[in-house]
Amino acid sequence: MKTKRKLSSPLTWLFLLLAVQIPFTAFAAGGDKKLEVFSWWTSGGEAAALDALFQVYGKADPGVEIINATVAGGGGSAARPVLQARLAGGNPPDTWQAHPGWELLGQYVEANYCAPITELYKSEGWDKVVPKTLTDLLSKDQQIYGVLVGVHRGNVLWYNKKLLQKHGINVGDKMTMEEFFAAADKLKAAGITPLAVGDSGIWASAQIFENVLLATVGPKGWNDLFNGKMSWEDPKVKKAAETYAKILEYQNTDHSALSWDQAVKAMTEGRCAFTTMGDWTYGELAKAKLKDNEDFGWVSFPGTDGTFIFVADGFTLAKGAPHEKECIEWLKVCGSKEGQEAFNVLKGSIPARTDADKSKFGPYLNWSMRSFANDELVPTCVHGSAAPASFQQALNDAVTSFVVNKEVNSFVKALTQAAKDADMTK
Amino acid sequence: VKRSASLGDAKARFEHLPRRSSAPVDSEGSLTPVGRMRARWRQLTQRALPPLIVTPAMIAIIVFVYAFIALTIWVSLSKWGSLRMDLDLREPFGITYQQMFAMPRWHANLRNVFVFTTLFLTSSIGFGLVLAILLDRKLIGHSILRNLFLFPYALSFIVTGIAWRWIFNPETGINLLFDGLGINHLITSMGGQPLKPGWTTDPAVLFSLNDWLGGIFPALKTASIQWGIPLALIPVVVAATWQLAGFAMAMYIAGMATISDELKEAARIDGANDFQIYTKIVLPLLHPITVSTAIIIGHVSLKIFDLIFAMTGSGPGFATDVPGIFVFDQTFKATRYNLGAAASVVMLILVSLIIVPYLWSNLRKR
Repeated sequence: MKTKRKLSSPLTWLFLLLAVQIPFTAFAAGGDKKLEVFSWWTSGGEAAALDALFQVYGKADPGVEIINATVAGGGGSAARPVLQARLAGGNPPDTWQAHPGWELLGQYVEANYCAPITELYKSEGWDKVVPKTLTDLLSKDQQIYGVLVGVHRGNVLWYNKKLLQKHGINVGDKMTMEEFFAAADKLKAAGITPLAVGDSGIWASAQIFENVLLATVGPKGWNDLFNGKMSWEDPKVKKAAETYAKILEYQNTDHSALSWDQAVKAMTEGRCAFTTMGDWTYGELAKAKLKDNEDFGWVSFPGTDGTFIFVADGFTLAKGAPHEKECIEWLKVCGSKEGQEAFNVLKGSIPARTDADKSKFGPYLNWSMRSFANDELVPTCVHGSAAPASFQQALNDAVTSFVVNKEVNSFVKALTQAAKDADMTK
Repeated sequence: VKRSASLGDAKARFEHLPRRSSAPVDSEGSLTPVGRMRARWRQLTQRALPPLIVTPAMIAIIVFVYAFIALTIWVSLSKWGSLRMDLDLREPFGITYQQMFAMPRWHANLRNVFVFTTLFLTSSIGFGLVLAILLDRKLIGHSILRNLFLFPYALSFIVTGIAWRWIFNPETGINLLFDGLGINHLITSMGGQPLKPGWTTDPAVLFSLNDWLGGIFPALKTASIQWGIPLALIPVVVAATWQLAGFAMAMYIAGMATISDELKEAARIDGANDFQIYTKIVLPLLHPITVSTAIIIGHVSLKIFDLIFAMTGSGPGFATDVPGIFVFDQTFKATRYNLGAAASVVMLILVSLIIVPYLWSNLRKR
């Protein structure tokens, strides 16, 4: 009697049903063609751009179910721990988003998580259209380990055009640091905060220092610093820190409560005049329906004209990828002209190849594409290309302290120590 | 050994009883072979069962707690500083700890965790006690109020952190009240500056020891950080207290329920007033409750991560940075697994400093 009553209870039947169901659904999911893409592109423009890329892929390799494994969080702060756990656990996604340089080579390739895709560069003709500076940062021992989909420019100074006109400030096609300080003084005297900063994520401030550093040491000094030929105790680095300390006097007081996009909003709404940030800013400006050269203007960060700090995004091929064939098709789409054009128009970046159709892009992106084709290209440190993650973190930490105490000596000392610990001379 | 004493007592109590009811006996009163076997079997199961039940849990704890503590200590001494695992010992021995204790950020962490724990413990226990006494006075609606005060404890720290981040945002939060209620109007009309605190964005350090004691300890003058109370930590303490004062209150209410009314009445007959009853009778009797609450809140405080991560992050100039965030940053962002492990080991030691004496005294009492 007892068992009978138990069996007839609806809850028991529900459990039994579920128990039968689970193996079936597991089998159903296992069979078809699939591709798992891991990224941290979840916000408006980014998600739309990734989706456009998926659509191009859907045409090229129909019938594949795409698993869009995104983990939200700016700059991948939340995504990376998840990815690391999956890689270490031997359960990699087929392909994941990575910055070229140290992040790709030092973390993933070095630890043997990536498979080379060198042949694709020849068969797809990428070796002719992708700048060598970029492919070098994807290569180790003559093998290439990733394909770039888009490139952002890090050293851009954005300004509220109408506000500057109102105060009689004209910005030409380039700007020196002196001109910037003169304009900033004028604005400050008129009661306007010159520079909008949102460093609730401290990398936003680290990026300002990165720009000032480039302005002070130049592209050659930049490369020397990061390959160990120049010491971080060099007087030029100290001078960059001093200039940065001066810039701090002109920024908004509530910077640590704002995120970078809120700072951009402070600039467009006229509470501040300038903001300096990579050109993912352009996505925010486009979203707010503001017009290039009308509502806002831009110029290379003061003193960095002729150099392009690139913040590039690429995809990898996992070693032992569960769906290798599909993943290679995916990488072909990522590197293709069609795929990059569809992706970058929405992302607010430019294609990583030099033969893209310029007419599809707006005035700012055309300016950036010209700069990309003609200027000296240097890798970003703040976004993980020029230096190992440990140095990147140490720079963030040093900037966190410096923004408050403005002590040049301890700042430089911390960076020197970090460069030594990270062993960047390799 | 002492813990199993009660079990032994129980056994002793039953051993003298004749086993007629369960074990078959022959006419002379001694056990038949079958009966002997059954008795032995029962004895065996009685002895073997408790260890059998406990063993799986013991194994799980040994593997997932103690083995991983040992592994973490090993990692903290290893060369594992990138995504590739490298468990070789790093030379010279303990260099990772040495580097960590030279980092200004770590100094700020130790300062913050000390300041935060002190302020948070006193305020949450203080508020909890006051609330418990007020509710003990049987105010109108005390049963509703009791639940109301306990509700925040049901939230997760992440929710609390985000809500309080909005409240303490200098542009859109509580500062609008100063304008809206006319407080700032009043101040400016009297010729003062309008109130506009930066709250969590303010990097200032109150009561800095560096200047005060700099004359006595010259090392303090050149210290890498300001030793004092970081202003940005205060809003975090407020948020944490809001969440856990209700818990402390519940502990005290439970404690007060065990104090018999006769004691209070006897005191009242002897002429004690309400204040004296609380300070002389109730509070001393609540001492064990205070200790337990302090231990529980203290170890929450030392390990705190989620509340601060959601509310302020590292804060301006590491004003609200704590070891938990340090571990997360160094392990997963900088991929310095050895450094993250070293910080975890120090956190473990800090928590043990609180927990172990408590457990020790509890064991001694038994």
